[in-house]
Amino acid sequence: MATDKEVTLTIDGVVTKAPADATIMEAADSVGIAIPRLCYHPHLSIAGACRVCLVEVEGMRNPVASCAYPVADGMKIHTSSTQLRRLRRDVVELILDNHPQDCQTCDRNQNCELQKLSYEMGIRERYFEGERKQLEKDLSSPAVIRDPEKCILCGRCVRVCDEVQGVCNLSQHRRGFHINVAPAHEGNMMNSVCVQCGQCANVCPTAAILEHNATDEVFKALEDPTKHVVVQTAPSIRAAIGEGFGYPPGTPATGKMVSALRLMGFDKIFDTNFGADLTIVEEAHEFLRRLEKNEKLPLITSCSPGWIKFMEHFYPELIPFASTCRSPMTMLSVLIKTYYAEKAQVDPKNIYVVGVMPCTAKKYEARRPEHFAPWGAPYTDAVLTTRELIWMMKSFGIDFNHLGDAYFDNPLGLSTGAADIFGTTGGVMEAALRTAYEKVTGQPLEQLDFTEVRGVEGVKESKVKIGDKTLFVAVSNGLTNAKHVLDKVRSGEKKYHMIEIMACPGGCIGGGGQPYPPPGMHIMDAKLLRMRAKALYSIDSQKQFRKSHENPYIQKLYDRFLGEPNGPKAHELLHTHYEPKFPKGVR
Amino acid sequence: MNAQTLEAKPAQEKNALPETIIRYIDDAKSLPHSESYLIAVLQMIQKHFGYLPASCMDEVSERMQIPSAVVTGVATFYHFFTFVPKGKHTVSVCLGTACYVKGAGLLFERLQELLGVKPGEASKDGLFTLESARCVGACALAPVMLVDDQVYANVRPDELPKILSKYGFKPAAK
Repeated sequence: MATDKEVTLTIDGVVTKAPADATIMEAADSVGIAIPRLCYHPHLSIAGACRVCLVEVEGMRNPVASCAYPVADGMKIHTSSTQLRRLRRDVVELILDNHPQDCQTCDRNQNCELQKLSYEMGIRERYFEGERKQLEKDLSSPAVIRDPEKCILCGRCVRVCDEVQGVCNLSQHRRGFHINVAPAHEGNMMNSVCVQCGQCANVCPTAAILEHNATDEVFKALEDPTKHVVVQTAPSIRAAIGEGFGYPPGTPATGKMVSALRLMGFDKIFDTNFGADLTIVEEAHEFLRRLEKNEKLPLITSCSPGWIKFMEHFYPELIPFASTCRSPMTMLSVLIKTYYAEKAQVDPKNIYVVGVMPCTAKKYEARRPEHFAPWGAPYTDAVLTTRELIWMMKSFGIDFNHLGDAYFDNPLGLSTGAADIFGTTGGVMEAALRTAYEKVTGQPLEQLDFTEVRGVEGVKESKVKIGDKTLFVAVSNGLTNAKHVLDKVRSGEKKYHMIEIMACPGGCIGGGGQPYPPPGMHIMDAKLLRMRAKALYSIDSQKQFRKSHENPYIQKLYDRFLGEPNGPKAHELLHTHYEPKFPKGVR
Repeated sequence: MNAQTLEAKPAQEKNALPETIIRYIDDAKSLPHSESYLIAVLQMIQKHFGYLPASCMDEVSERMQIPSAVVTGVATFYHFFTFVPKGKHTVSVCLGTACYVKGAGLLFERLQELLGVKPGEASKDGLFTLESARCVGACALAPVMLVDDQVYANVRPDELPKILSKYGFKPAAK
């Protein structure tokens, strides 16, 4: 709502101009005064729930919440006074009073906004002690868990789920002391429309919402001599893991990451990128077949498990349009327990596959019955988020910063640049177009960068000329944006040939399991997402092979094991199906 | 444990919305701020069933296109709405300051024992729902108890079985 009108106001004696529709907090930010805040999030609507950001406005009887209060011409604002400091401290202390005192044993220790704020507010003694709410934990989901006793009712999760993801799974129930943020009927995350994307965990300032920790299981497998433990890492991990060890966002850390995984004792280190290359070959063939027959278009990508669950709850009528390809992670897990097991002569029942993902929904995907092997075990035994892996490395005493570069194991560790960019919005589309172009025209693609589908904007569209055909493609990230695209497709307003959908803002680089942002940045920050994306594009540009079908090990895999792309064996091992899920979502 | 065993199946128990309420929802759809009719719809459902069945709230969510979490969030906000079937009679004990000082807390505890219920629940035989009230404006009569609209003044715990027996209460055999 930018307007041309400006007002002049004074903040702590500094005379400044601000847009007429700015809030006091925004005006203060622009002159370098960071008013303390808690429930505020720059990408979500204003809640005014926590009352931490109080300021004094001359002529007004009471302090106002600066995140919600609009500026006015001639306004004189004071953001710091003994009275205000005492007020804010009391507000935070009252929140603490209804919060468990277990910082040292908490998952968000040293990473908690409430903890940080309490320190900054100067709370060194506790004056209030009262009754504390007692609510049950919700551990129902393999992906996202809730501890309502740690909830401070800021409402960020409610807002992100509704506004950014369009799922609206969470709402405040009851009132006053008894408020509980929960899915419908105060039910659990599993029996709900939750898509398991983990954006709520990302924006939660405390440990009220977290990923379902799987580190214990992985530690156990690593120590079990009967287990052959194989790890695979998703494309976007290499672009973000460095942040956990003090590197600035956007520092590629593939080599150090592989070195660290070796030190942890994994028997084999494979690259989910190989699965991504395979996905592209399968998906491109699937797409070209549909294009030839002019049926089931647009083809919608299926790599993002949050999007897949969203489709099953909210758009079940679009199931036939989704690619039947399993995700890169599951494709690779299947190959590890079939192709690799055969080659290495290991009983697949003794192989333990760990996926390191930027994603909480991948934990859910791994437990979907469609992705279980015929002998009753999941193809992917455990999924760790980037955050969990960083913590595991630290607890192993690994000095990440001093490690040298190591390389993935072959054959399932070699990948093309097309696979690296899977981790960012637009990447799957670009990778698919590189392969589809050459398959259709039979000509080598000269200009590999499809820049129109790059960038972290919510929706991107492009026309791509392939041979004598012009393809209309769309790319969206964040499920509210996906809704906008899909509703236009359903109404007939837009006709696309292919749509890439990633559930999380920015794609996997902004996934629900990525590191909490460094100071000065926040979740969904376009700057942060661009830096992480840049890391992936730079890896891509330096690769020897940049088109999935050029991966020599992929070619070998088809020759010796899978047969034809989309052939019977590929179909059995690499494809899946979807079903409408209940409860049905309201969109 | 795979994901399927954890997941929700469509609800078995079905309390379908009555025609009148469905028509009311359909009429509201064309009005501005149609979602603001949610509370009115919930009131109608409670009047019809005596409580808000979960399946009805889900149906409202689908018909009004309001996310289910919002429907149950609104419903649980208001003390007026109840989510368990109500007994034939509602027993309310005033727990306002005056009544409390005069022993209403003891009455409330005794009633929970007698009826075998927690506050807000209905007794097994479906006869009584026990509730607390915050000052009924008759402090001079403290402690006050209501059965439906009938006011009982200066109630002592030992009088309770006799009062309740007027409404069909039979003390459990020892």
